[in-house]
This record gives sequence, C-alpha cells and structure tokens, in this order.
Amino acid sequence: MSQRADRTPRDRVVVSGMGWITPLGHDLETVWGALMRGESGMAPITRFDARTFPTTFASEVKSFDARAFMKDASIHATAGINSQFALGAAAQAWKQAALDVKPARNMRRVGIYLGAGEGVIDTPNYLAANLKAWDAAAGKTDGAVWAKLGHSLLNAAREIEQEPNMPLAHIAREFGARGPAYNCLTACAASTQALGEATSILRGGEADVMIAGGAHTMIHVLGVTGFNRLTALSTSTGDPRTASRPFDLGRGGFVMGEGAGMVILETLEHALARGATPLAEVIGFGSSADSYRITDIEPTGRGAAAAMLQALAQAGIDPHARGADGRPLVDYISAHGTGTKENDSIETLAVKRVFGELAKDIPMSSVKSMLGHLIAAAGAVEFITCVMAIHRGMLPPTINYTTPDPECDLDYVANTPRAARVRTCLSNSFGFGGQNDTVCVTAFES
Amino acid sequence: MSPILKSKRRIVITGLGPVTGFGVGIDPLWQGLCEGRSAIRAISAFDPSGFYSTVAATIAPEQLDIRAIVPKSYRKATKVMARDIEIAVAAAGSAVAAAGLTTRGTHEGAAPTIAPERVGCHIGAGLIPADSDELASAMLSCRTADGGFDPGEWGRTGMNNLTPLWLLKYLPNMLACHVTIIHDCQGPSNTLTCAEASGALSIGESMRVIRRGDADACLSGGAESKVNYMGMLRQTFANRLARVATGDDGVAAVRPFDDSASGTVLGEGGGILITETYESAQRRGVRAVAELAGFAARQCSCTDTVGVELADAPGDIASAIEGALDDAQTPASDIDAIVPLGTGIPTVDRAEAGALRMIFGERTAQIPLVTLAPHVGICGAGASAIAACVAAQCLAQQRLPARLSTRSSTTLAVDAAARPSCAAALRTVLVTATGMGGQSAALVLRSIS
Repeated sequence: MSQRADRTPRDRVVVSGMGWITPLGHDLETVWGALMRGESGMAPITRFDARTFPTTFASEVKSFDARAFMKDASIHATAGINSQFALGAAAQAWKQAALDVKPARNMRRVGIYLGAGEGVIDTPNYLAANLKAWDAAAGKTDGAVWAKLGHSLLNAAREIEQEPNMPLAHIAREFGARGPAYNCLTACAASTQALGEATSILRGGEADVMIAGGAHTMIHVLGVTGFNRLTALSTSTGDPRTASRPFDLGRGGFVMGEGAGMVILETLEHALARGATPLAEVIGFGSSADSYRITDIEPTGRGAAAAMLQALAQAGIDPHARGADGRPLVDYISAHGTGTKENDSIETLAVKRVFGELAKDIPMSSVKSMLGHLIAAAGAVEFITCVMAIHRGMLPPTINYTTPDPECDLDYVANTPRAARVRTCLSNSFGFGGQNDTVCVTAFES
Repeated sequence: MSPILKSKRRIVITGLGPVTGFGVGIDPLWQGLCEGRSAIRAISAFDPSGFYSTVAATIAPEQLDIRAIVPKSYRKATKVMARDIEIAVAAAGSAVAAAGLTTRGTHEGAAPTIAPERVGCHIGAGLIPADSDELASAMLSCRTADGGFDPGEWGRTGMNNLTPLWLLKYLPNMLACHVTIIHDCQGPSNTLTCAEASGALSIGESMRVIRRGDADACLSGGAESKVNYMGMLRQTFANRLARVATGDDGVAAVRPFDDSASGTVLGEGGGILITETYESAQRRGVRAVAELAGFAARQCSCTDTVGVELADAPGDIASAIEGALDDAQTPASDIDAIVPLGTGIPTVDRAEAGALRMIFGERTAQIPLVTLAPHVGICGAGASAIAACVAAQCLAQQRLPARLSTRSSTTLAVDAAARPSCAAALRTVLVTATGMGGQSAALVLRSIS
C-alpha cells in the first residue's frame, strides 16, 4: 500500500462519525465520561440465572431501547440483541457524520464491513428440544423427534436472526447502503479487522463510504459455559467491579461485556466534497496469524508484533524513531488487554518486540478493565476510545491495577486518566485461535 | 482510474482444493460433474424423516478421513474440529498439494516454498451449531421434572460434562485457525460469514490483500455443512429448501432456473484455492490454472430486512458484476460462461437471472450457465468457493460440465437446462453469488494463454 506521504485525498481515509452502545452508556459523551471517572460496567448477570455458574457477573448493556435509534422500528421488529446494538451505534455514527443531511454521492459506493457476532440462541427452547429428543436406549438424539420439537418450539425469525450477517443486513436496510458488504468473525479481533479491511476497500477505490464496526453479546448460558470451560473468564467472588484486572499480577481472566461500536469511514475526497468534518485519519492496518496453537497464544508475541509492525509500516512510522519533542511517534496504545494471564504478558512482550527501548515511554491501557470484553465488538469500541483520546487529550486508565506483574512492566495508565498530547494511536485486537489485528489512527490534518 | 490500478498485481490461481459429496479434490468433482452424476442422496447420519428435506449431498466417511489428512503431530487436534473445520482442513490440504507448495503441513521440517509471513488465509464460514448428541448427553443430569433444562444444575455440575475446549469446535474462525496452523500461514487471515457469498468474498479479500502487498499468496475459499439439525431447521424456516419426503428423488427436486423450481438441496462441502501473484507462480515455475482477474461486491437491498427475499436485488447483483468486469478490464462480451449460485430457490434464481439480463441483454440466453446444486447441493459458505474451483477448471479443461434436473427455463430465459458435458472455447468465466442476507459478490476468471 502506498506510503503516507504519497497519499491523495482519494486514498486518505478519515473517520467522520462514531457511535457506540456499551455497558457504560449509549452515547459518546456518557461513555467517555464514565471511562474518565474509571467506572466499571460489571454487575451480577441479569440475562439468565447465573448464580450457580463459575462466573456470576458480566458487563451488560443496561436500559437500552433500540427503537429510539431507528427510523422505523417496525422493520426491525425481529432484530436480535446484537443487531439492536449495531443499529444503535450505527445511527449515532451516521448522524455525527451528517450523512442524513449531507448524503453520500452514490449508495452503491456506501459499503459495510462489520465484525459482528452471531445472535443469541433461544436457550430454553433449544436446550429443551435437545434434551427431549434424547433417546436413552440408543444413547443418541432421535432425529425425528428433534425435528418435530425443533419445528414446534423454535421460532423462525428468531433462528434466522442468529446468522452472523444479520446485523449487517439490518444496517443495510436502515441506511440504504448497497456497496461492498462483509461480515467477518475472527473472534475477539473481528471489529478491528473490519475497520482495517474497510479502510483498504476505500483506498482501493471500491467505495466512498464504509460503515464499519462490530456488535456482539455472548452473555447467555452457552456463551458463559464455553468461556468458563476454557477457564478464560474471571471467577472472582469479590466485587464484580474489581474482577477485570488487565496487566495486574492478580488478574484471573476476562469479564464478558456486550455492545457495539460503529464508525463511518470515508475517503477524504468524499468527506470534503460533501462538507463532512474529518475526526481522525486511519493511516495503517496490519493483520497476521499466530499459526501456533488453537488454545495458546504464540509465546514470543510474534503474531501480535507482526500485526503492529504491518500497521506501522503502512502508516510510515518507524517504531524506533522519536519525534522533534523527543517522544515516540506513537502516543498511545489501546491494548487488547483482556486480563488473562497469557494475553497481557505476551502483548507486553510483543509491544517491546516492536518498539524496543521506546516501549516503556508509550502509555498503553485497557478499557476492558471498565467495559469488559465486548468480544467481536471490542476492537471498534476501543478504536473509538483512541479517537476520543486524540480529541480530548486524555488517556483512559486501566483500572484495578494494584500489584505490578514483573512480566508486565510497561506504562499502563494505572487507575486514573492522564492528560497527554495524543496524536497517533495503535488499537490492538487478538482473536482466540491466533488472528491478530492492529489499526493505526492519527489526528486529522488537512 | 481507481488508486489501486496504479499498483495492480496480476493474480493467478495455482491450486484447486474442492471438497464435495464426490470426495476430496478437483478430480473426483470434475469427473462427477462431467459424467452428470449427483452426490445427493438420503441423509444417513441421522433420521431425517421429520425434516422438510430428507436428502443432501453429504461426504461419506471413507471419502474424508480427517486423521489421515492432517500431519501426524496434529491428529490430536482433530478432536476439536466440527464438520465444517474438517472440510476446510481437507480442502486446504488438497489445494496446497495441487499447487505444488511445500508447507509445514505437507513436509514437516522442510523449507516452505513461500515464506510463511507472506502467506495469507481467508476462509468463509457459517454459523456452526453444537453437536446435539454431545450437548444433550452433557445435559442429561440437568433435567427438570417436566424434561426441560435446569440452568442451576448446569452451572453447578452439568457444564463440566463438556470437554474444556468445547467452544473452540464451533467458533467460525477455527476453520482458518486450524488451516493457518497446519500450513504455517502467518500473513493476514480472516473469516467471512456472509452465507453463500462467503467463499467468493474471501477470494476477493485475498485479492485485495495481495494487491496491497501484504501477502504473495493466500489460501482462499470457504466451507460449511448445514446437514445437521439446526442447519436444516434454519434453512427450512428461511423457505430455502425443496420439499423432499423420504423416498422422493432428491436430484430432481433441485432445479436451478427451472420454471417450476421450488427450493434447494443442501450439501456438505467447500473449497480452498491457492491465489498467488503471477510473479510468484512464475518464479517457482508452476503453470496457473486460471487468472483471477476481477472482483466486486455489493449489498442487495432486500424488502424483508434479513435478505431472504431478494425481490429488488437484480440491480445490485448487476452492479457487482459490472464492478468485477471493470476490475478485470474485461467487456461483458468476453464472458463465455457463468457459474451462478443457482440454488433453485425461485426468488434467488430470479434475482440472479434478472441481473444477468441487465448486463448481457439479448445475449443472456446464449451464455451457458454452469449449475452445481443438483450435483453437490448448496454448501453454505463453501458454495461460491466450489463455484470458483469449477470455473477455474472449466477454463483449464476448455470444457463445460453436464447439467442436471432443470427441464425448462423459458420464464427466466437463461441457458440452464439439463444436458451432457461438452467441450467449449472459454476465455473468461464469471462467478456470481448472492447469499441469504443479501451480500453479493462477483468474480471474473480468465484462461491462461
């Protein structure tokens, strides 16, 4: 991809709108305010009775009514909760980008690239069908009985809405986007990858505008079961608000969150032509695979480092160089920072591998300490926090950081936000199974 | 001219790895297609009598022995592979072998043909349901008095009946993750989940990644099996299946573009293609199967929000085709054959045929369509990857496969009726796919001359 210096307004990609639905609020200002106060979204799980589960708490989106964000709620009547989050976040982004009043040139050049997760299974009915169809004598499910139960217990619309491309379909319908449309699902890396590939599509001239981001919830019986069995979740029995402890010695797993983050990306040329205000510029994207193990992260941080290095190379940033002010050229890293033992120490190693001596001078925090892990949606929400940090000159903290871990020895913006001059940020996301993605975003300068 | 054309790298396909009801690899598929056979038969993995359709193009156990396919050191990991993952892993192995690549998966310890960090991997996937037998047997101790599910007991004890890695069998990105681990692909990797368009979108994404210089070669495609309880049920709910009762003829039930088409038949399968820069293929002295010349994608506007009904779609599909032709710098008049999704679902067939008429006008009825559903079923996220494999093979063999089932397509005015395989002079072949949800992709493949 062309180096930054040769870029023209056609292959420069800017952010012109942002929106999110998170456990700490449903608009940019409310959530940012909560992050600046170091609040936590964690509380006992309300979506199902989790009292007997190894993990009893999560970071849930509270008192959210998607209808407030829709032009015509009736057409989205069957939308799953993931699609509702997606619509809520996208509506904010669309409005901030002023696409309602300064429309795009051609809707076939308005695309969508989401990293959205599957919908929520109809747990009681699905599990009842499986249980009741069990043929004890044969020691397996009776297909004919299952078919009968499935058809009678499960609801057609609810089942179709679980397909992972349904948030995309709802957004397309709501905003009339008919350009290139994709949904990727690379676990926890999905929406960072969506932002990166959306940028690539814009630079390639395939679209003028991309709605990009992610939406997900796995706070349901089988979701919590799956992550509990993997021993990836915190099973803390204390105050849930202290359970997510990225980079702290006492970290014991991540806390599930849910929600959506959506941004409007567009070519600078298109943004200027329709009089939109660029909020930031995406200047680099890297994607890599660990190719190591299904269950473990590559222990030297090779894959994570490769994603960061590719993003920096595309951005034309030398990770070992300092600016005129003596500071590194990257001002902030939004860490993947899940709060699992393995992720946080290996991510630290990867950052040191990329930046060498300079790593300790680059603040890196994890908003997952406050929001929890929004799984597929995490990357987009964290990308938005980077843009907010650039605008406000403030870095969000890593809360619950009390005991340093010798293996995590960088600057994690512990516990309280910090005023800083923020121009260029990296946003990291690493998926279960080893797909790694990094996006580089910088302050917009004409 | 779009910025990318400044540095457009020529991309070729150097290996085909389809996995279908005919078995693993291009040879059994091509033979089956040309001989006019079908892999559709009564479902035997479970009692299908209660489902709307009782047939599918399934892969027989002796055709896909996953433990024999993976390197010996990786056999243990096959325990955490859902069917979809097995198909992807088998397809990748077949494609890598066909392309003559040495990888960690083909020869452990040997020097790889292409540096691992320059190899990407993009594999489309579907929503993989949990295995019912596994889930139900784990839940048996968690039954309420009326036979329902007791979440309290599940949280306390029941969930421990599931293997710790249970979740990892069903994450859609595990198709790509296993493949990247086996073949040591360290470049950009993605998992696209856009139903039947996933395979074609993944191939398009590989093209984008290679063109921007982030990889020299990619494993690209998709795989899925919906031949399971939830897959069959959801397809029934979406009105996509043809009714096939026990004992009915499954092959005759799926009639792409037929005046009397009434739905589709599912298949298990997928395909991986090795997509590679022309220079890379030349450097290592392999003859490409076909050139991957153009790609474009669009979202169809759907009247029903979720893209089951594609009534308004022809214009959007046509726009995707137009974009792919532009990308390939190929006039529509150069297209000699088309591999559409061709499901036999009336609304989808109508949308596809409508789009073709918008692009090819009067000539539409003269362009042969290659319809695959009566042979191998519709393989979800694998469908358009299989289509791309077949398109490439048509170009390489200068031949069109046989068509089955369709009696008359006078209403849609396309060339889709049953007929035997025939030799054909083919320069350029178009692949189109529009999945449930309305994502549409088009690929243009060109013969290597």
